[in-house]
Amino acid sequence: MEPILQIQHLTHTYGVGTPFQRSAVEDMSFDVRDGEFLGVIGHTGSGKSTLIQHLNGLLRPTSGRVLLRGKDIWAEPKKIRDVRFQVGLVFQYPEYQLFEETVYKDIAFGPTNQGLTGAELDRRVREAARLVGVRDDQLDKSPFELSGGQKRRVALAGVMAMEPEVLVLDEPTAGLDPAGRENLMANIRDYHRNKKRTIILVSHSMDEIARNVDRILVLKSGHVLLQGTPAEVFARAEELLSAGLDVPQVTRVARALRERGLAIDPAVYTVEALERELTALREGGASC
Amino acid sequence: MLKDITLGQYFPGDTLAHKLDPRTKILLVVFYIVALFCAKSLLAYGILALVLAVCVRISKVGLKSLVRGLKPVVFILIFTGVLNLFFTPGGHTLVQWGVVRISAEGLRNAVFMVLRIMLLIMGTFLMTYTTSPISLTDGLERLLNGLKKLHVPVHELAMIMSIALRFIPTLIEETDKIMSAQKARGADFESGNVIQKARALIPILVPLFVSAIRRAEELAVAMECRCYHGGEGRTKLHVLKYEGRDLIALTLGVLITAGIIALRQFTV
Amino acid sequence: MEDAIIETKDLTFSYPADEGEEPVPALRGVDLAIERGSFVVVLGHNGSGKSTLAKTFNGVLLPTGGHVYVDGMDTADEDKLLAIRRTVGMVFQNPDNQIVANVVEEDVAFAPENLGVPTEEIRRRVDEALRLVDMSAFVRHAPHLLSGGQKQRIAIAGVIAMEPACIVLDEATAMLDPVGRREVLTAVHRLNRERGTTVVLITHHMNEAEDADRVIVMDDGRVAMDGTPREIFTRVEELRAMGLTVPDTVDLLDRLRRDGWDVPLDALTAEACADAVFAAANK
Repeated sequence: MEPILQIQHLTHTYGVGTPFQRSAVEDMSFDVRDGEFLGVIGHTGSGKSTLIQHLNGLLRPTSGRVLLRGKDIWAEPKKIRDVRFQVGLVFQYPEYQLFEETVYKDIAFGPTNQGLTGAELDRRVREAARLVGVRDDQLDKSPFELSGGQKRRVALAGVMAMEPEVLVLDEPTAGLDPAGRENLMANIRDYHRNKKRTIILVSHSMDEIARNVDRILVLKSGHVLLQGTPAEVFARAEELLSAGLDVPQVTRVARALRERGLAIDPAVYTVEALERELTALREGGASC
Repeated sequence: MLKDITLGQYFPGDTLAHKLDPRTKILLVVFYIVALFCAKSLLAYGILALVLAVCVRISKVGLKSLVRGLKPVVFILIFTGVLNLFFTPGGHTLVQWGVVRISAEGLRNAVFMVLRIMLLIMGTFLMTYTTSPISLTDGLERLLNGLKKLHVPVHELAMIMSIALRFIPTLIEETDKIMSAQKARGADFESGNVIQKARALIPILVPLFVSAIRRAEELAVAMECRCYHGGEGRTKLHVLKYEGRDLIALTLGVLITAGIIALRQFTV
Repeated sequence: MEDAIIETKDLTFSYPADEGEEPVPALRGVDLAIERGSFVVVLGHNGSGKSTLAKTFNGVLLPTGGHVYVDGMDTADEDKLLAIRRTVGMVFQNPDNQIVANVVEEDVAFAPENLGVPTEEIRRRVDEALRLVDMSAFVRHAPHLLSGGQKQRIAIAGVIAMEPACIVLDEATAMLDPVGRREVLTAVHRLNRERGTTVVLITHHMNEAEDADRVIVMDDGRVAMDGTPREIFTRVEELRAMGLTVPDTVDLLDRLRRDGWDVPLDALTAEACADAVFAAANK
């Protein structure tokens, strides 16, 4: 099947012709498959935020192309706004973009810009609100009366209501407490399962990525360092660590156990899987 | 794009122009402005342009950056020039073309007015280019210290100014972020008539305002936690001190200004 | 406690409520003593009262009931306010909103300037504070061009320059990426070790509590747990019930125990966890 997004030799250079010239993204190529849950990980400065702003045409490549369903998104620069409805981008700390008088109106901002009205608009708003767990009675409230976590959900709903084919989330759980993080990720997983739409999750947290995505893209100083399933990527823990990136805690434990001579699968990265490995090892009686 | 705005930008350096006490520089700019408004002859303008050129040379700022500072006022310059050129009454007529008439007087006024504004702006910019905002506010605070007796809140005003300078880049960055976020939701800032364009700004202005209030509240608490309690009993990391070079610079400033004023006697 | 830098006595606090509504207490009777020189981590989910508690520690919030004593001074005593604030320094969540000046050294100098410290002494304190947070190379930099972790370390240096006996970090790592978080933690641990400054770290990141002397867990405005990291993290069920997660290492050991393995629960690092599992596997 054709990938939904193709990034081809993407380069973005800031400050061309000034002493501050620097490439945030350099000759980057990868595909995003239709319907997948892709995790993007990398340090601050790895080019993550520059990259994602190319996916919906907020930034224009210095060179290279971004194809959406096989079509260059910059083929018709005047129609770039349509791309933004197809690739929905939720920025970090999105609650700071809320501005309307009511939660309902704020969620409706995107779909209204799409030209939607009446019953379809209403359906979009209510469905998006439900997807992120915003209650009906909160829709008429001012977004500024809500708690931080609820504001975040409203902002997320505002992008989901555009029903984009690809949803890009930049650090959606930043600053939330563990329960809040888990709740929000559960909402996002539900959205993925029910809507079968592509999700790109940018995160600093290896554990969060490990627990949620189908495939991982590891970025380092503007390049793709590694890509593959979580098992494939975490099996190459050495490369991640030497690039100064974290690996999930469980991967660390599994590595330490291998060093001690236990035959643990190097691709193990969740608590459940390591528990299974260890139980099997013990039942097999082959301890050392 | 918004990040490109240079607002009283400071170019760090180690030249004599950088080392002068900020109070000296503020006073010199005041003298310079007075001299500009007193200048009446080409000779006077010539001297003042030369003074600026020497200062630019000393500061190593580069004429280019100064000229770039003129960009935002090009319109005002042209407007002033045209206004003076065509609408100066009386004097000897040089060109007459229907109702449009250019007089020698008009030409003179136009050239002088444009020169005056250009030199004024470049002179002020030279000061901000060579003085960090913090020592500039510091210098202002010390210069105006006497006004405290008249119950003018000099310290508070200086504090407001330096905090404003501190937060300008933060707020510019934030505006950029909010604009991108709203664009990602399909906001359109480019098309439509004036009213539509103004309305399109609401999704930017409201969040910006809300965030500025929040920042102000948090900053106030943080400042109190660091024992801020007004200007009373405050000391300084960098204490301003006049040096020999300040004395020389100020004397030169006074002499040149006096000279320009004196020149008025010799021109008609 | 004999040598407590901060002590709370039956501390209650309620935020003012809208008219016609009952104020909901954020703190419901907290009795704590923070030992001088210790490294204390306060954990809790959002709304547990941990951040409110922190803000009572230097009089940003005054108790609606009970008392808070800082080095023996009642925080409600207005005459002591400056003395209290220079004793307990506070670092907040958003580094952007606590940096006052647009040059690093000027910002770090802000507190000592307010306190009327002589110029040469300010210079010494600024340099020392920047050294402690490993930011000496940035003396003349503009703060807005620094990374989040660097900005937060400048904010910490700004507090250290008051030479406080105690520093409270109110969710100061919440907005940082893992690198920034590590930088800040390294800086405060060093401060605690080298200067003997008491550190109270408010957070919801479990792993930040690993190296603490003491962990206090807040829930519903009360102290729900209080002990060493080992003691606290082995109480897996209780932590989960309070909306907190346990480190994956503890989670793994907990599961293995249920499966009949003879492993301890208190291994917090990957190495310690592997040691425990390896020992049990070889039995």
